[in-house]
Amino acid sequence: MKQDRFIAFILFLLSLSALSGLTLITVFIFKEGLPLILNTGVRDFFFSSNWEPTEGQFGILSMIVGSLAVTLGAMTIGAVFGLGMAIVLTQFCPPKLAAVMKPLIELLAGIPSVVYGFMGVVTIVPMIRTFLGGPGLSMLAASIVLGIMVLPTVTSISIDALKAVPRAYWEGSLALGATKWQTTHMLMLKAAGSGILAAIILGMGRALGETMAVIMVAGNALEMSGNPLDPVRTLTSNIALEMGYATGHHREALFATGVTLFVFIMIFNTIALVISRRSAGKRGRS
Amino acid sequence: MRRISPIVMQRIAVTFLWSLTMITIGILLYIICFILLKGLPQLSWEFLSQSPKSMGRGGGIFPMIVGTFMVAGLAVLIAAPLGVGTAVFLTEYTRENKLTFIIRFGADCLAGIPSIIYGLFGFVFFGIYLGMGLSVLSGALTLALMVLPTIIRTAEEAILSVPYAYREASYGLGSTRWQMVTRVVLPSALPGIGTGIVLSLGRSISETAAVMLTAGSALRLPRSIFDSSRTLALHFYILVREGLSVDKAYATAAVLIIIILILNGLAYWLMKRFVGRGGS
Repeated sequence: MKQDRFIAFILFLLSLSALSGLTLITVFIFKEGLPLILNTGVRDFFFSSNWEPTEGQFGILSMIVGSLAVTLGAMTIGAVFGLGMAIVLTQFCPPKLAAVMKPLIELLAGIPSVVYGFMGVVTIVPMIRTFLGGPGLSMLAASIVLGIMVLPTVTSISIDALKAVPRAYWEGSLALGATKWQTTHMLMLKAAGSGILAAIILGMGRALGETMAVIMVAGNALEMSGNPLDPVRTLTSNIALEMGYATGHHREALFATGVTLFVFIMIFNTIALVISRRSAGKRGRS
Repeated sequence: MRRISPIVMQRIAVTFLWSLTMITIGILLYIICFILLKGLPQLSWEFLSQSPKSMGRGGGIFPMIVGTFMVAGLAVLIAAPLGVGTAVFLTEYTRENKLTFIIRFGADCLAGIPSIIYGLFGFVFFGIYLGMGLSVLSGALTLALMVLPTIIRTAEEAILSVPYAYREASYGLGSTRWQMVTRVVLPSALPGIGTGIVLSLGRSISETAAVMLTAGSALRLPRSIFDSSRTLALHFYILVREGLSVDKAYATAAVLIIIILILNGLAYWLMKRFVGRGGS
């Protein structure tokens, strides 16, 4: 019995690892980045596009806008394709075929982001340059590549949400004479709505945080033009591009960029968690 | 305007959704075939067994293969006991309460943090604060934190799907809780836990942003876990980014893709075995 209690204590300590990791990450990112935000001033840091780190100018507005624009573009693609696939795999696909497709989606999630970025450079970028004009390395290219990259996240979480809808709802609707598609869009999508929303928001978090693929296809220019065919720089690429040689205040400014990204991601993830918990709770009661 | 009949509407919708699905599968196959077709002809025994010459323009990728497996292997070696321990604690040693809620919340948050933030954290905490510098160890510890949530989640699911009757039978035979966990629950859940570990290994091998800032990009063979080492994914990125050699980049990407294909195949096989044995 004494031994059992000792083991329980050890396991308890192990289970604190994730939580202490999260705490350490939060503390160290903020410790390195926050002082610079406060010294620069909120207005000159968040609401200025003047990024000249060697001259002491640390405005990241253009990167915030760039990150959000690329993320929104990616989610338009990711949500349509991801949800479409989730509907096909749960409603319209023979189970045997679905069993083959699922590992393929997992494989899509397993391909390294540098390979996605590279494929973007050799296929999508030249296509945009030829057919739509501009330099090719652009917000649009980044959105397309990221849209494909977040597909597995959106698909697999949407599948879980659709599968969690009670089978009786589906059977009831068919028994009333609705077609499978009517059942899907009038009933299943509504019943699984919050789970699907959580999937899309988690996908947005993924897109916002992706780094290497974006660096390779987005062009990384600091100007804000508003044209999707022009290059953009995101928060993540700013950190990865300049971390190699940054020192002093410049390095602190990159950590401050990290703080900004961290806060955005935490907001997205918390919303997604709250939505999915609430929907799980609702199902538990009904 | 005439209403479209529901049957026609269904046909239109289903055709559209199927085409989305087929496009996605097509993209996946295109990426894999493209890399393998361009990369496989460049592969040779010399490429796999030699050190790179003149920054990667010539020679091979042997030090990167060793470095990749050192960083990713060590990361999984560190994360697996932590993750499985957490899962055992959450499922077998406690009830649902505030504490388990907070632990799960921590793991969920950790799962959402982008790799570049892990890189920044590892750089300042392991690299500077703990004095590890750019090293295999620093990279492995950073990646271990990154894959921890995946291992916790999959291990928890695997343990929960072990039938409750097994536990009762074990208790009925007079075992203690720990004996029940180590001799009955964990062996039954092993394939499921293995799936999570293999997928985490794959994710560690694919990762670039976090290892760039923690393990560094040294080209020589790492002699110990305190040496800096460049991983395959990062080497591929540098080859492409600096325009060093297109051929070598394709060959490196092919090696990466082959490793990922093998690991995903292994994970799939383990999962099938697990489900086949009545695990879930």
